[in-house]
Formats: sequence, C-alpha cells, structure tokens
Amino acid sequence: MSAATTSFIDRRTVVDWLGIVPFMIFALMFLIIPTLYLVTGAFFTPDGQFTFKNIADLFTPSIISAYWISIKVSVASSLGGALIGFFLAWAIVLGGVPSWVRSGLLTFSGVASNFAGVPLAFAFLATLGRTGLVTVLLRDWLGFNLYSTGFNILSFFGLTITYMFFQIPLMVLILTPALDGMKKEWREASEILGASTWQYWRMVALPILWPSLMGTTLLLFANAFGAIATAYALTGSSLNIVPILLYAQIRGDVLHNANLGYALALGMIVITGISNLLYILLRMRAERWQK
Amino acid sequence: MKTQKILAWIAIAIGVIYFFVPLIGTFEFSLRMRRGEYSVDAYQSVFSDMQFRETFGFSMVMALLTIIFGMLLVVPTAYWVRLRLPQIRPVIEFITLLPLVIPAIVIVFGYLRLYNSSSWLPFTGSTSGTNALLVLSYITLSLPYMYRAVDTAMRAIDVRTLTEAAEILGAKWPTIMLRCIFPNVMSGVLSGAFITFAIVMGEFTMAALLNRPAFGPYLQLVGANKAYEPAALAVIAFAITWFSMGLLQLVSRFSKMAPSRP
Repeated sequence: MSAATTSFIDRRTVVDWLGIVPFMIFALMFLIIPTLYLVTGAFFTPDGQFTFKNIADLFTPSIISAYWISIKVSVASSLGGALIGFFLAWAIVLGGVPSWVRSGLLTFSGVASNFAGVPLAFAFLATLGRTGLVTVLLRDWLGFNLYSTGFNILSFFGLTITYMFFQIPLMVLILTPALDGMKKEWREASEILGASTWQYWRMVALPILWPSLMGTTLLLFANAFGAIATAYALTGSSLNIVPILLYAQIRGDVLHNANLGYALALGMIVITGISNLLYILLRMRAERWQK
Repeated sequence: MKTQKILAWIAIAIGVIYFFVPLIGTFEFSLRMRRGEYSVDAYQSVFSDMQFRETFGFSMVMALLTIIFGMLLVVPTAYWVRLRLPQIRPVIEFITLLPLVIPAIVIVFGYLRLYNSSSWLPFTGSTSGTNALLVLSYITLSLPYMYRAVDTAMRAIDVRTLTEAAEILGAKWPTIMLRCIFPNVMSGVLSGAFITFAIVMGEFTMAALLNRPAFGPYLQLVGANKAYEPAALAVIAFAITWFSMGLLQLVSRFSKMAPSRP
C-alpha cells in the first residue's frame, strides 16, 4: 500500500510540473537561451577558443565613448525624470490640488509612459526641430534663435529632453503609491515635537522615501539605456549610443568581429541587470515602511 | 500650507507645459503641409499611402496573434502556478520580468544568431517562419505586462474553489479553463491585451531587425524621407496609444465596480 501511495504522489508531482512545461520551453527558447548564447559567445573567438580579448576590446576609444554617451543620456534623463516626476507626484498627493487633477495626471501618465519609440521622436522634431513650433515661435515673437545657442534636438541634450517624456510619467506612476503610503501621523508627530517642514522632510520623509526614489531612478536609468527606437528615429546614426552601435553591428558587422558584438550585448545586459538588481533590493527596503 | 499649494500648482504647470507643448507642436506641424494655411493634406497623404495601410494591417494582425497566443500561454500557466505550484511563483515571476531587464535589441540579436537559416531551427529561413518568430518575440516583450495583469485578476478569484466546484459538477479540463477561469479573469486578459496592442503597434527594433514590413519600421522610413507626414503619423500613433490605454482604464474601472467573486 505504501508503494501505491508513493507512486500516486509521484504521478501527481509529475503532472503538477508538466503543467508549466509549455511556459518553461517558451522562456528557455525565446528568452534565456538566446541571451545565454550571446553571453557565452562574448568569451570565445570566432573559431571557438576561450578568450577575454572581446571583453578587453570593449575598452577601445570608440566603444568606450558609445557607452559613455549612453550612460550620460540615461543618467541625465533618469535624474531629470525623477526630479520632475517626484515634484508632480508630490503635488498630486500632498499638494492639496483637486482630485480631478490627480486622476487626470495619472491617466495621462499611463498613456505617456507607453508613448515612446519612433512617434515620440517625430513629436519632438515637430516641436523643437529647426522648423518646429517652439523654435519658430521663439524666433518670431521673441527674436530668440534657439539654434544659435548651440541647441540641437539631434544631440545629447535633445535626446535627454525627449527621453524625459516617458521617464517623468513612469516616475509619477511608481512614486504616487509610495507617497500615498506616507502616514499622516508621522507628519503630526514631528510637528508636535516642534519640527519645521524642512526638518520633517530632511529627517523623516526623505529617509523613508529614499529607497523608493533611488530605486525608481535606477529603473528609469535602465529604461533609457536599452531604448533605441526614439534615438534612431531622432538622430539616425549620428549620435553614437550603445544600442545604435549594436543595431549597426547586427545589421552589418561594423566592428568586423561577430564576437565583439556579443561582448557589446553582454555589456548592456550587465549595466541594465545591475541597475534592475539594485532597484529590486531598494524596493524590498522601501516596502518595510509601507505595510 | 499656502506656499505648499502654490508650489504644487507650479509643479503641475511645468508638467502640463512639458507634456502638452510637444503634442500641440506635433499637431500644428502636421497641419502645415500646404504653404500659408492649415490643411489636412499630410493626413490625406498618409491615409492614401498603400504602404501605410499594408504595414498598419500587418502590425494589427501581429498584435492580435500576439494577444491570442500570449494569453493561451500565460493564462493556463498563471492558473496552474496558483493552483498546484505556488512554491515556484517567485521563479515564474522573475522570468516574466526578465524582458524588462534584457534590452529588446539584445533578445532579437540572440534570435538572429540562434534561429538563422543555417541553424537547427531555421525560423528566419522563410517568411512565415520569420513572422512566427516576430509574434514570439512580441509575446516575450509583453510577457511582463500580460502575466502581471492576469495574475492580479486571478488573485481576486478563488481559483481552487472554482476548480473544485467545476470538477464536482463533472467538468473536464477544457471546460474548466474556457468556461470558468477565462471568463473570471477577463478583466486581466483585456488589460494585458490592450497594453500589448499599444506595445506591438509602435514596436520598431524587433520588426526592423527581422526585416518585417511592420508599422514601426514604416514610421522610421517615413521620418527619414518626408517632412510633414511624420507629424501626422505621430498624432495617429498617439491616438492609438490613448485609445488602448483608455480602454484599459475603462476595463479596470468596470471590473472594480462588479467584482466577480464566486
């Protein structure tokens, strides 16, 4: 009888695990193995010898500069997005604005955070390009030539401003629940103890919020770092960021070494992976206060 | 308190200016095609372009296939994990979040190396194979959103009781899935479907690198060659995003009003 029970349990366990086989096969074939293939390929020569040369070759000036521009654009757009997003979230949660402003902004953020890619580039070209609405209005009304100041939408600064269009809404969407979780009692307690608004923010609110703030900023960073469509449609291949370099490499082996292309991809995974890992760790920390 | 309110309104004002000026600018630019006056010429030019219709239709079909096959993969898995394998939920959740960590361009790079025409599984060897690979890549991209939407909807119903009740009444597995589970997580399925639709319609990287005539690469091509049509296309794309997100909000609000607790 005990043998029959064991085999029954075994069969049930087997059936249980069989249920997720389709999903696991899908994940392995279309997510995990393709990624691992590139990651391992980064450590081999084209004829199959193990090597660190591809990784070392990443440190040539042109590739380093691509990573550097990518990192600069991602840092600038994530910090800018985080700052403005934080103030917007603060305004709708604690600023005492009417509730229709809050629901309006949250709805709009849901849309705008998904409005990325090629059309976003068009929108900013039509607004801040050489004949864009803002450029023309500044010139005709104020006699101010935006492009004579060295501004160009097809540049680091232009790309940063464009990326913020999806970065700010993402920050608002993630941070609003965190700000909602701030308890009124904390504020009241600090006021009773004689703290000023500044002291409350510096000593109570920000220490509680900083894991959320830092974590979300890192998420925005990874979000910008992997984006390609907007940058490609905006600047063509004139701004040499990593995703565009990788795009050119996939299209036509511009680095003249397939395995160096794998190393380039590995570098991207490492950077987005680290920032996402830190995001998860910081989020777990943030949740301690939000139970 | 007074200064706080003023600061809040200043923040809102900055946000409104930053978000609305590009939208107004794009709309205004899209009307400028005829010299000296506003007209809808750019829109007419876009809508009369055969390529617009073809690529738009192609992406629409891809989006529908992605939603159907994605849901056929995600709903049973989420159901099964909740019912029988709750211990591996963190693993499944982690896997579904991976497409947010690994950039799309890296994933498609891997596909091109693994599934090219000289490999063991030559997806890209034929047109239909490449289309299938494109749908699979879109399922991968939308996995985080679909899984989360369905799993959230499943949390609201008692999967175990529903299943046992159906089994007692003599239902077989297909009946349980299609007539008990699917209808009850419909709000999650629809939310996941709308966000997937918005993602697929504008997606550029996968379609461009797999060389498929989708809407995203078409947008890029128009952007590189024309002046006013891109602005009109941006307005259309924004309308599509707004439309799918609007439906999503409607569905989630509707499902909140009528909770489907058994």
